[in-house]
Amino acid sequence: MDGVPDLVIELALLVLAISLLLTFWRLVRGPSLMDRVVALELIASLVAGIVAVYAIGTDAPEIIDVAIALALVAFLGAVAFARYAERALRP
Amino acid sequence: MNDLLATLAVVLGTALGLLSAIGIVRMSDVYIRLQVASKASSLGIALLMLGVAAHFDTLSVTVRALMVVVFLFLTAPVAAHVIGRAAYLTGVPVSDATKVDELAGAYDPDSGRLAGKRQTDDVGGHTAADDG
Repeated sequence: MDGVPDLVIELALLVLAISLLLTFWRLVRGPSLMDRVVALELIASLVAGIVAVYAIGTDAPEIIDVAIALALVAFLGAVAFARYAERALRP
Repeated sequence: MNDLLATLAVVLGTALGLLSAIGIVRMSDVYIRLQVASKASSLGIALLMLGVAAHFDTLSVTVRALMVVVFLFLTAPVAAHVIGRAAYLTGVPVSDATKVDELAGAYDPDSGRLAGKRQTDDVGGHTAADDG
């Protein structure tokens, strides 16, 4: 066996894309703002996963830096959204 | 051996990613979705990064993959807690299937801090008065 088989990489990318679509459905559907924040965080995680699989598939290790940046930004975004919602939307 | 480990990690990590996406569509309220999204996806990304580390098998890539995993495991619980707290304080309703809401009445609605005493009568908690 020489590297991860191409079929596995392609199937993994397909399945992750389907997961992204399912999560996007929740992002559109809501119903509350916090549901959307959760969906956004999951989308960032899934995109980091896609980056990882793509790095394996194309033998390009430098793409991993993108996943690091993505994980950082997603965390800051989720915390900022939550703080904003807590201040602005409290009943 | 490394290729087998990388393939296995990619397959399992992808399956966990799909599971968390199915969970976030199927679960009934924001708090349960939060559990699914933070736990399953953390393990899924960790497995994918294990796959990356096993596939490239060089020090620099392994350290970067490890950085992603450590950072994810540090931030995912914090983010989940902050989001869950914001959801509860902004009055997102819990699912109809929820039997016990132990936080009911525990938050001071003005300051958003824990008030220190709970309304034990509607939670059914065990208090000193039960023993007497």
